[in-house]
Amino acid sequence: MASDRIVRVLLAKPGLDGHDRGIKVVARSLREAGMEVIYTGLHQTPEQIVEAAIQEDVSVVGLSILSGAHMALAPRVVELLKEEGAKDILVTIGGIIPEDDIPELEKIGIKGIFGPGTTTEEIVEFIVNNAPKD
Amino acid sequence: MDIAERVLNGDRRAVARLITMVENNHPEVRELMRELYPHTGKAHVIGITGAPGSGKSSLVNKMTGEYRKRGKSVGVIAVDPTSPFTGGALLGDRIRMQSHATDKEVFIRSMGTRGSLGGLSRATSDAITILDASGKDVIIVETVGAGQSEVDIVNSSHTPIVVLVPGMGDEIQAIKAGILEIGTIFVVNKADREGVERVLVDLEMMIDLAGYGEDEWVPPILQTVAVRNEGIKELVDTIEEHMKYLASTGGLDKRIRDRVRAGLKDWIREEGVHIVLNNLKEAGEYEPLIDKMVKREVDPHTAAVDAIKRVRNR
Repeated sequence: MASDRIVRVLLAKPGLDGHDRGIKVVARSLREAGMEVIYTGLHQTPEQIVEAAIQEDVSVVGLSILSGAHMALAPRVVELLKEEGAKDILVTIGGIIPEDDIPELEKIGIKGIFGPGTTTEEIVEFIVNNAPKD
Repeated sequence: MDIAERVLNGDRRAVARLITMVENNHPEVRELMRELYPHTGKAHVIGITGAPGSGKSSLVNKMTGEYRKRGKSVGVIAVDPTSPFTGGALLGDRIRMQSHATDKEVFIRSMGTRGSLGGLSRATSDAITILDASGKDVIIVETVGAGQSEVDIVNSSHTPIVVLVPGMGDEIQAIKAGILEIGTIFVVNKADREGVERVLVDLEMMIDLAGYGEDEWVPPILQTVAVRNEGIKELVDTIEEHMKYLASTGGLDKRIRDRVRAGLKDWIREEGVHIVLNNLKEAGEYEPLIDKMVKREVDPHTAAVDAIKRVRNR
């Protein structure tokens, strides 16, 4: 029997900012591209996000952070995924990320850092090309 | 240790991975499910259906909290529709359930309907088996109940629950066909809203008309306001009562037999189609047969029966 694989993506908003327009636009675009998108809502802790990623068995986690707290929240998500033995999951981030922070985020293994002005096509293409294939 | 053994040990990652394999029709699934099956049948399976916006997810969230208070572990399967055009899905039920995200005794899984005929019933049924094998005491399956296979999923649970809300016009009419009949418990959620009396009266009338016998379970109607946690304790009490009723009347055995019977039919259909089609294809007769049907030389029913006979005579 042929395997019918569909890319599953968890989209999450860690921390305290309440701006979810962007992440909802991304969610729609990924769905239109044929992916299953699990959205967990606002104000998530890194612990909640990682546990949801494990239970939903996603291959991609997309974080949206506009509060400026990305240097605290994003590394914590990566670290917890590692602790769970799920370091194969692709972690991407979108929001207001200053240029200077990008090398540091890339160093801890975050791939795909999308600032203001990114088109949804770019995000879809990046995920299609970089989502781990088991 | 193989993935089935890890599931039996309650390993969350193994549970998650095996459900994915089931959804993807992974070739190793059959063997793994065979290992799990003897260890299942212990969980109490609750099905919940109702219109979009009726507050099912919030209700499931609060029920999960109540079961946790009572020391039960909980598995949740939240089914949302897959777009028939793109194959993608937006699965948002978790938004209302994240308060349990870090509780290791709660496992929540979102599933897209993924379109394949009958495939949804099989995938959710296998997901229930997996959560059951991992040791969950209670498994709640939530669907919008659009389409027959979603109704079947809820109906094949031990305790099917139908959720309604006031103020959506003629709500009983809107969901009557095939859904109200399966309710063993009716929940009127958002019961603080205007119009609740009307829904209650309509439901009572419908249940009266159904003419339940003296010893039969008459579906109770409960009122809840899930976001404020009102009526949740009573709902869980009623679910437990229903389970006791089933166990004491032999209704449980009947439900289990019905579910097993439906599962066997599903799998015969699935495997049977493969065997018959492969047989035709291997003999090189598949496309020629289609040609004949297009030219109206053979009708589809005769063609199908002949194809099945050919396998039998082999």
